[in-house]
Amino acid sequence: MAIFVDQNTKVIVQGLTGGQGKYHGLRNKAYGTQVVAGVTPGKGGSDVEGIPVYNSVAEAVSATGATASFVTVPPKAASAAILEAAAAGITFIVCITEGIPAQDEARTYNTLVRDYPKVRLLGPNCPGIISPGKCNIGITAGEIAELPSAKGPNVGIVSRSGTLTYQALYELKQRGIGVSTCVGIGGDPVPGTSFIDCLREFQADPETHAIIMIGEIGGSAEEEAAEFIKAHVTKPMSAYIAGVTAPAGKKMGHAGAIVSGGKGTAQGKMDALRDAGVKVGNNPTEAGSLMAEIVAGLR
Amino acid sequence: MDLFEYQGKQYFARYDIPVSKGDVAVTVDQAVAAADAAGYPVVVKAQVQVGGRGKAGGIKLANNADEVRTHAGNILGMDIKGHVVKRVWVENASDIAEEYYASFTLDRAAKKHLLMLSAEGGVEIEEVAAKNPDAILMLHIDPVDGLNAAGAKKAAIDAKIPEKAQQGVADILVKLYRCFVEGDCDLAEINPLILKPTGEVHALDAKVSLDSNADFRHPEWEEFKATEELDAREQLAREKGLQYIGLDGTVGIIANGAGLAMSTLDVVNQVGGTAANFLDIGGGANADLMASALDVINSDKNVKSIFINIFGGITRGEEVAKGIVEAMGRVDLRAPIVIRLDGTNAEEGREILKNAGIPESKLTSKPTMLEAAEAAVALAK
Repeated sequence: MAIFVDQNTKVIVQGLTGGQGKYHGLRNKAYGTQVVAGVTPGKGGSDVEGIPVYNSVAEAVSATGATASFVTVPPKAASAAILEAAAAGITFIVCITEGIPAQDEARTYNTLVRDYPKVRLLGPNCPGIISPGKCNIGITAGEIAELPSAKGPNVGIVSRSGTLTYQALYELKQRGIGVSTCVGIGGDPVPGTSFIDCLREFQADPETHAIIMIGEIGGSAEEEAAEFIKAHVTKPMSAYIAGVTAPAGKKMGHAGAIVSGGKGTAQGKMDALRDAGVKVGNNPTEAGSLMAEIVAGLR
Repeated sequence: MDLFEYQGKQYFARYDIPVSKGDVAVTVDQAVAAADAAGYPVVVKAQVQVGGRGKAGGIKLANNADEVRTHAGNILGMDIKGHVVKRVWVENASDIAEEYYASFTLDRAAKKHLLMLSAEGGVEIEEVAAKNPDAILMLHIDPVDGLNAAGAKKAAIDAKIPEKAQQGVADILVKLYRCFVEGDCDLAEINPLILKPTGEVHALDAKVSLDSNADFRHPEWEEFKATEELDAREQLAREKGLQYIGLDGTVGIIANGAGLAMSTLDVVNQVGGTAANFLDIGGGANADLMASALDVINSDKNVKSIFINIFGGITRGEEVAKGIVEAMGRVDLRAPIVIRLDGTNAEEGREILKNAGIPESKLTSKPTMLEAAEAAVALAK
């Protein structure tokens, strides 16, 4: 098992004919993901290295039975693309687009909640999701993800930062620890999928035995996750929070990463997670080492 | 992007939010002209993005042109907590009967808009929140529904705004909400929102922070960008399209991804060094961008070593390597580079660097983030 996506997930790529869409869409396909179609308005009937392109998500869904979409369109068009996918019956949407205005994100998220409650949006501004050996949607280099082992223990990863997601995968790969699913939830102010959504799934997934969580400064998502962990997560966890040295009042690249009014500090988040029984590392490597200890104890 | 008070007021005026008549001035003569146009008495206010202007002597009442001349002369050039005053805002002084507070932000935890409204304005809202949290109405607004006139009126009543001011406050709330949403603000705050003895409600201050992601649909933001206070390094980085924040350490940092860049700062700190900057070259960085990043780092005289930390996802290792080689051919880097390169096409990248014939005194490669940080910090000492 894995969470959210597996070998049976059929994926369309919105923006397959664009530079990013083509590069990553083809890479996802080469990884073994069932990339069944692309969507680019006005380019229906063509194909990208054998992957058929349709004018609309509705056409692509009716032709292929896809249930997941990979949105790679620019910020101006991303919200409309997400809502088009939801309206066409897609239930899992991964949006990697960076730079979507916060007002658009908030409106899109709340429209999904209201009109398409069964749809899960991952992102925007996220690296995507990989269930190693089964399905890779997004920009993660598949080869850095260790395959899950049949007898376990396997680790689930959830991260707010793109590159730190790869770093976490890499730390586990170096140690030969299998990964069930790795989810990058993205660093924007209104992520479609939260830490808690992923923790809940990992807790329920029999193939996941331990969980790594990578957070960063800003907002209160990590503190909320810590509350959830206390109450509902029995699987052992390690964590890392980026931005211990970040100065207050400065946005550290991600729209969501800002310490303001003494809130959202790395220290506060680390304390909350420690208090919930999570082993917290001071850097990604340390979080990896802590996970290696946890896994050794499970073996 | 944070706006100065005068820019916030000009932005409010676009959405018909009543503000005092006034103008911005960079010289004493301009201040007098602004005061003459606004009508006496006037308030001369220092335009700095830091709290405590009043206490520092940056806000003065003037009854005539001579007083404006004196106050503007004192305030222009004044240093308020490290911020030098380059502009004053001169506005017609308002008589104040009562002071309220109103703001709209995005509540990230609830994923909805948040209206904060209080009948106790004029002081820091954090103070009110700490001493008397019941005095603040916190109302979540679904971005799909928005805020209409009836909702705004109810909010004014619920916030215990006195009856005589309820309609005026409600009218402003609807306009301020429009400014917040259509104007793509991260924060739109009025403190104080005043009731005049004559019964009108009016924005006496303006605190506006804009969402730079929405830049593409706001050509009117150009003039705000011109007055943003960036240091020379930040200015150069912006021109090159890089996410850069200047710090005061000695290890220059280049990383891809905000999380990894933050983490790189942390690791440098943990091994006893200090970062000179935060620089995220972003996803899909190519050779050009890497060369630009090195240009910016090279412009910082404090930098003693450069730590390039790349984990390729969208970013491809060979592009990073090409950029470094190109930059080293183009600019004379003052500091040595330590690089850690992993992820997509990292092998190809390392190969390019190895074959470029760069001496080891200028560039070393390390297999892990920690080892690279240690090497960079050692070079910076």
